[in-house]
Amino acid sequence: MKNILIGAALLGLAAASPAYANLSVFACEPEWGALSSEIGGDKVSVYNATTGAQDPHQIQARPSLIARARAADITVCDGAELEIGWLPMIIQQADNANIQPGQPGNFETTRFVHLLEQPTSLDRAQGDIHAAGNPHIQTDPRMTIPVAKALAQRFAQLDPANAAYYQNREADFEKRMTAAIARWTAEAAPLRGVPIVVQHHAWIYMEVWLGLKEVTPLEPKPGVPPSTGDLVQVLQKLQAQPAKLAIRAAYEDDRPTDFISEHANIPAVVLPFTVGGTDQARDLFSLYDDTINRLLAGLKK
Amino acid sequence: MGIPFKNRRLLRVAALPAAALLTFASATPSFADQASDLAAIRGEIAQMQREYNARIAALEARLKKAEAEARAARSAAAAAGKTADHAQVTAQQMVQAAETAQQQAPEPAAPPTPPSSINSFNPGIAAVLNGFYTAATKSTKTASIAGFALGDEAGGPPKGFSIGESEVSLTANIDPEMAGFLDFSFDRENHPTVEEAYVRSISLPWGFTAKAGRFLSGIGYLNERHAHDWSFSDAPLPYRVFLNTQYGDDGIQLRWLAPTDVFLEFGGEWFRGDSYPAAGAANAGQGTQTLFVHAGDDINESSSWLAALSYLHSTAVNRQTDDIYGFNGGTDRFSGKDDLGIATFVYKWAPGGNPTVRNFVASGEFFYGHEHGLFDDVPISTDRYGWYAQGVYQFMPQWSLGVRYAQMSTGAIPAALNGSALDSFGHTPRAETALVEYDTSEFGRLRLQYTHDDAGLKPNDEVLLQYTVIYGPHGAHRY
Repeated sequence: MKNILIGAALLGLAAASPAYANLSVFACEPEWGALSSEIGGDKVSVYNATTGAQDPHQIQARPSLIARARAADITVCDGAELEIGWLPMIIQQADNANIQPGQPGNFETTRFVHLLEQPTSLDRAQGDIHAAGNPHIQTDPRMTIPVAKALAQRFAQLDPANAAYYQNREADFEKRMTAAIARWTAEAAPLRGVPIVVQHHAWIYMEVWLGLKEVTPLEPKPGVPPSTGDLVQVLQKLQAQPAKLAIRAAYEDDRPTDFISEHANIPAVVLPFTVGGTDQARDLFSLYDDTINRLLAGLKK
Repeated sequence: MGIPFKNRRLLRVAALPAAALLTFASATPSFADQASDLAAIRGEIAQMQREYNARIAALEARLKKAEAEARAARSAAAAAGKTADHAQVTAQQMVQAAETAQQQAPEPAAPPTPPSSINSFNPGIAAVLNGFYTAATKSTKTASIAGFALGDEAGGPPKGFSIGESEVSLTANIDPEMAGFLDFSFDRENHPTVEEAYVRSISLPWGFTAKAGRFLSGIGYLNERHAHDWSFSDAPLPYRVFLNTQYGDDGIQLRWLAPTDVFLEFGGEWFRGDSYPAAGAANAGQGTQTLFVHAGDDINESSSWLAALSYLHSTAVNRQTDDIYGFNGGTDRFSGKDDLGIATFVYKWAPGGNPTVRNFVASGEFFYGHEHGLFDDVPISTDRYGWYAQGVYQFMPQWSLGVRYAQMSTGAIPAALNGSALDSFGHTPRAETALVEYDTSEFGRLRLQYTHDDAGLKPNDEVLLQYTVIYGPHGAHRY
C-alpha cells in the first residue's frame, strides 16, 4: 500500500513538472528582470523578487519568494553580497538544485564587470560593507552590456535550442544600448564635475560615468541610518565643500535627504535607482532617460 | 574611429609646409641685365624673402600648434578610455570619448583567483553572545506554571547579571550533494551542549530536502528558530510547557516543497525520542514522530502570511520532571504517550515590502496536547491546551515595541494527584509581556522586557535587560 502511494506521488510530481522549454527566471532586482526580458524575449518568463520601492539589501525571506524560487531555472541576481540578508535563506528553503551557488542556474551579474571600491580590510565596525566591492553596478548603463553578453551565453547554455534567439536579441540590445549611452552621455554633459551628496553610497558607478563628484554620503557608515547629529556634520562639511544636489534612491527614507535639502538649500533629487523606482522608469532605457532628466532638472532648480 | 581621424589631420598639417617650399622654389627670380632694374629687383627679392620667411614662420607655428593639439587629443582620448572623466567639452569629443570609454571601461572582470591555501575551505564560523540583567519580585530560575510538570529548560535567567547560552556554529557545503551544520553552546555553568549537528541535502530533485543528525524540529513557528532569532527574550508559555522551550533531538527529516506559486511545504520527522516531552528513546530509539505542513503567500505588496499545522507524537519512558511541591520526593515520573497539535499563524506587514523603516509582525499559535500513561504511578489521560499571541512594531529604524499575551489551561486529573505538579489549584496560568528593542545594526540588539508572570500560584514581576550579538558570517534569517 505504501509503495503504491509513493509511486502515485512520484507520478503526480512528474505530471506537475513543467514540460515547456521556456526558462523560468527568478530576478532578484527589477533591473536584472528587465535585462532578462531584453535577452530572453518570449522564451523566458521573468519573476521579479523585489520592486523598485524596496531596498534590495533588506528583504524578508517571504514564503512567496521561496515558492517562486522553487520553480526557477535560473536566478539572476546582483551578487557581491547585496542579497546576503535574504537570498541564501530563499535558496536553502527552495529545495531547488538548479539554483544552488556554483550551478549554471545561479547567475550573479557583478561577476562580469570590474567592481569598484573593493575593501582592503573587512570589519563590521565599518558598517554594512560588501567584501567583493560596491555592488550597485546598475547605476551605470555601460555595465549592462558585458552582463547582457554573459546572460545570453548562460541562457543559451541552459536552453541550447534557443541559443541563436538569445544571441540575436543580445546583439540587438547591445546596439540599442550603445546608441542610447552615447545620447545620455552627451545630454549629461552639464553634470560633469557637479558636486553632490548621496544618502547611501550606492551611486559610485553613475558618478564615474557622468563625472559627478560625491562630497559625502549622508549615512555615517554604509547601511547605518543617519542621526540628526550625523546630518549636522554633513551640513558643516557642505559649508566648506558645497554640493549642488542631494541624491537618494526612490526606495529610501525621504527624511535625511529632505533635511539636507532644506538646510543646505540644495535641491533633493529622487532617482529611480532601478526599473520601477519611478513611474517613468519602466524598462532599462527609460530608467536612464529618467535618471538623466531628473539630474538635469535638479541642476536647473 | 579615432585613429583615422587623427591621421587625416596629421597629413594635412604635414602637407602645408611642403606646399610652401614648392611655391618658394618656383618663385625664385632670375637676374636681369639692366643695372637700373637690379636694385629694384633686389629690393623686390628682399621683400619677397621677408614675406616668405614670415609665411614659413607662421606655417611652422601652425604646424607646432597642430602637433600639440593632436597630442592633446590623443592623451584626452586615452584618459577618457580609463575613466571617461577628463573628456573635453565639445559635444563631438564627448561622444568620441564615451564610445572609447564604453568599449574599455566595463571589461569583464577576470574572476578573482582565490589564493590556494590550507584554510581555503574553512567553514563559516559564527558566534552568538547574549547576556541579561534580571530584576524580579520572586526567583525566576525555577519555572512554575500551575498544573504542569515542566522540563529542565522551562525557567528563565537568574536574578542579577548572567550570560545566556553562548553559541558557536560552523557551516559549509560538504560536497555537491550535502551541507553540514554544527552548533554548540555553553550555558553559564560552562556545560557544553551540541544544539544541532546535521547534514542536509542540497541537490535532491523534485523539491525534496533531507536532513539527518541532531536538529530542531520543524513543528510550530518558533521551534525551528534559535532563541536569538525570537522576537522576545524568552519562549511563550506553551513552548515552555509542551516542548521544554524547543524540541530538538537526533533523527531524520524529509521535506517536500510543492511546485506551486503559493508556498506549500510538507514535512515529516522521525526522532530518537530523548527530549521532553519524550524520554527514554522508546521503540528502540525511534520514540518520536512529527508531521507538519506550512503554507504562505503575499496578500499584497505590503502584507504576507505564513500558516502551519504541526503534529508531534512522542513516547515517554520514565520521564523525570521537577516536583516543585515535594509530592513525590522531589522528582515526578511519567511513562506514556504524548500527542501535541499546533496551529500557527504569522502575519507580516512592511509598507511597500520595505521593512527597513517601519514594519509589523503579528503571530499566534494554539497548542492542544493529550497525555496518557502513568504519572507517579497514577493512570492519567488528560487534555491540555494553551496559546499565545504577540505583535512587534518597528516604528522607526532600529526601534521596536512589542506585546505578548500567553495563557494555559489544564485538564482534569485523578484525585490521587491532587497536590502534585499536575494540580493547578484552580489557577489559570497567564503572562503579559511588553518590550522595547533597540538594534545597533542587524547584528546587535538591546532589549528591555517586562513580564507580569501570573503562571505560577504567586505572580512574579520581571524586568529583563538583554543584549544579543551575532558575529561572523551569520546566515540570513527565516521568515
